[in-house]
Amino acid sequence: MNVKAELLRLLPRKGWIGLGAAALICFLVPILNSVTAPGSAAHVPDYLVALIGKFLCFAIVAVAMDLLWGYTGILSLGHGVFFALGGYAMGMYLMLSIGEAGVYRSKLPDFMVFLDWKELPWFWKPFGNFGFALVAALLGPGLLAYVFGFLAFRSRIRGVYFSIITQAFTYALMLLFFRNETGVGGNNGLTNFKRLYGYSLAESSTKLGLYTLSAVGLLVVFLLCRFIVVSKAGRVLCAIRDEESRSRFAGYNPTSYKLFVYTLSAVICGFAGALYVPQVGIINPSEFQPSSSIEMAIWVAVGERASLLGGVLGAFVVNGAKSWFTVALPEAWLYVLGVLFIAVTLFFPGGLASLILRKKAAT
Amino acid sequence: MHDAAAAATARRVAVATEAQLAPCMNKEATMRARPLRGHGLLLAVPFGRATILLIVACLLWFAAVAPAHAALDPALLTQLGTDDPDVRVATVRKIGASGDARAAVVLQAIANDSLAIANGRAVIVSGGNVVDAATGEALGATPANLETIVVNNRLRGELDSALAGLKLSSPDRETRLGAAKELQASDNEDLLPILQAALAKESDPGVKAILQLAAASLGLKSSDPEQRLQAAKALSASDDPQLRQILSTLLTKQKDGSYPEADEHVRIAAQTSLDEINRRLRTVELGVSLFTGLSLGSVLLLAALGLAITYGLMGIINMAHGEFLMIGAYATYVVQGLFRAYLPGAFSWYVIAALPVAFLVTAAIGMALERGVLRWLYGRPLETLLTTWGISLLLIQASRTVFGAQNVEVENPSWLSGGIQLAGGLVLPYNRIAILGFALAVLAAVWLVINRTRLGLFVRGVTQNRAMASCTGVPTNRVDMLTFGLGSGVAGLGGVALSQIGNVGPDLGQSYIVDSFMVVVLGGVGKLAGTLAGAFGLGLLNKLLEPVAGAVLGKIVILGLIILFIQRRPQGIFALKGRAAEAM
Repeated sequence: MNVKAELLRLLPRKGWIGLGAAALICFLVPILNSVTAPGSAAHVPDYLVALIGKFLCFAIVAVAMDLLWGYTGILSLGHGVFFALGGYAMGMYLMLSIGEAGVYRSKLPDFMVFLDWKELPWFWKPFGNFGFALVAALLGPGLLAYVFGFLAFRSRIRGVYFSIITQAFTYALMLLFFRNETGVGGNNGLTNFKRLYGYSLAESSTKLGLYTLSAVGLLVVFLLCRFIVVSKAGRVLCAIRDEESRSRFAGYNPTSYKLFVYTLSAVICGFAGALYVPQVGIINPSEFQPSSSIEMAIWVAVGERASLLGGVLGAFVVNGAKSWFTVALPEAWLYVLGVLFIAVTLFFPGGLASLILRKKAAT
Repeated sequence: MHDAAAAATARRVAVATEAQLAPCMNKEATMRARPLRGHGLLLAVPFGRATILLIVACLLWFAAVAPAHAALDPALLTQLGTDDPDVRVATVRKIGASGDARAAVVLQAIANDSLAIANGRAVIVSGGNVVDAATGEALGATPANLETIVVNNRLRGELDSALAGLKLSSPDRETRLGAAKELQASDNEDLLPILQAALAKESDPGVKAILQLAAASLGLKSSDPEQRLQAAKALSASDDPQLRQILSTLLTKQKDGSYPEADEHVRIAAQTSLDEINRRLRTVELGVSLFTGLSLGSVLLLAALGLAITYGLMGIINMAHGEFLMIGAYATYVVQGLFRAYLPGAFSWYVIAALPVAFLVTAAIGMALERGVLRWLYGRPLETLLTTWGISLLLIQASRTVFGAQNVEVENPSWLSGGIQLAGGLVLPYNRIAILGFALAVLAAVWLVINRTRLGLFVRGVTQNRAMASCTGVPTNRVDMLTFGLGSGVAGLGGVALSQIGNVGPDLGQSYIVDSFMVVVLGGVGKLAGTLAGAFGLGLLNKLLEPVAGAVLGKIVILGLIILFIQRRPQGIFALKGRAAEAM
């Protein structure tokens, strides 16, 4: 019974039902893709599976952003960095696992042959190991976030100031990764992957597996963040968001709380990046662009801040709109995105989730 | 008559040797001093005897030098008829180096295929006339056994450089310039004395520079180590980067381990000259990189100044600030188009007309933005950030729709093209200089508005204490609007300046937004002096790091340094104190 009480504290009964329903829909997608015949009404085509898989990764990022911005009040405009670093760690592993199946039939990744490099740079070597790559995808962003966050929060950089600094941070890394000499593919990034842990990435079973992993990952991340939010620490986070000075005077140390949340969200983003790259088959420095990071913030704002579900919703809606517009009306997409930014802050500060879910509460 | 010409030739050769030693010394003085210096002892002898001795000495001297440099020797000319191409080339070189008045005529005749050998005598055939090549004496009827000289490509090349050598004494500047350029490519070392002599006489700096280059590169190719040594030494006085190139090629080891220059003494002299040139140019280059740093600083200042007003004074995070720069640049483009269409006569002044246009357009858009959107978001900086980002996306896409996704062309007016030439081929462009001055002028104007006008007083009052300012009757809403308009207008002015040095396209603003915020953050929010220090500090640091770390790494290092700097001084170089700091 104690377990039940704990679970109910984590999510209300309705929430569990909703979560179960959402999970069911998520897992129905691969089943409908593999079981039903192509062409039948219930069939989910391959491209849609890949697209939803991609959105699931974005949703993981959105949950992390929401934990950081919605609950702790830290608007990071540089979370693309952690997402991309996780992606690069996985990309480096995938690059090495190509072996000699590349265009140049060399043991080295193609871009190194192209640049006339004779041997693997030292920092590439351990990425031949899948376990190491996974750990690097999680701990690399975590470590970077810890150092950066430590420097920033210690000197009490907050609010907009912090946002601007993080934007400069992602801008600097973008410049770094665009260089060929940095050694991770420069402008073109890493691509043409073949195999992940022995499974061919071209196989639809591998794709479904990755999709399922992403869905499970989202579920786990969501519950983890939910757990933090409803805990006592979560209350402190909200207190810091609302009145940082007052919570400091009340005896809490905002720096360590902020550092914890910032680092955790970076690790989650790295995880999402590592899941994202094998599904889309490419990672390049454009992920470091300030605009990609700021789009992550808009997912959360469109969904609902301080509601993890809102983040997931926002990620799906914004990216769904983006996928549709960039195909159907590429010229109009930036207008839509721009209006979205303005409208959501001016007219719907609660976001979509509040419009849908809380309508009854308002009346 | 003949003797006088020979003496003149001999003296010219002597001068040439002297000039080789120090081509940059005063050539006129060298010319006058040389004949005397060589005979210093003789000056003590009574005048009459001295003159005689001098003449005798000159004649002896002439006799010693004469064989190679005689007035055209008929025997020499007949050598042109031999079958051996090497002999023919050598002959052409000798003719070119003779300095004789007939040389040009003969060489031209060879080039025109009108020189022939008849009865062991070189003749020039033009139409029905036949003249003796060496003397110009008419020979009357065409001899029967004419043998035309074969001119192949190699010989033609030699002819060209020999003729160029002769053209160096032309009174026409363009002819000399062309001839000097021609000689740079030559490797006929016989021409060296002529070149040296021409160098001594040359007064035009442009021609002189090229002559020096030609003389030095010829000297370095000479087969005589002594000549090469002199040339290498002489080069230390030059500033031309091409000469550095030539010198360092000499000193670079080839694949087989040998040097292009075999003689060690020459290598040492070349190294010394190279060091000397580098030392001198380094000062100039340091000055130039200082200037480019200041220039980058002025660009940053223009980009960040508007932000210093909207963010620094009002506390509004305007992510669309870069797009105001872009609008200013496009306004310049439009004004340029209007001038081209309606006022082509005054085209070079379109930039001046673009300034008020850009200011008014961006200020109007800024004020509309403030009234329409931003005022609803006061006190919610993060929301302001997202909203203005959305606005920037709208403006970027709108400019794509209106002007197209490609960059548009904005032309520098004539008075902003070109620049000040410095030693070593370095240039300070006028447009950069103008922007430096313009940035400082705009800064001064903004300072005056903020500190010396009624509006400025209101702005400062509202910044410090909005409620109190409102109580004393300051129309805070209108002040907000005007302040934001001022900041946006200044960004528009910055856009005019940016259009003169970079690409004008929809993404122009995006490349400046991070830098502009860094300037304001580094300088200290709310202080114009801080913006000035931040902009020039970043500009100089960037340009000083660039040669060491490369452009991209330099930028990354700087961003890292800013983050570390903020550790020490979170409020920037110039921190606000007291209440105002809390309000930020």
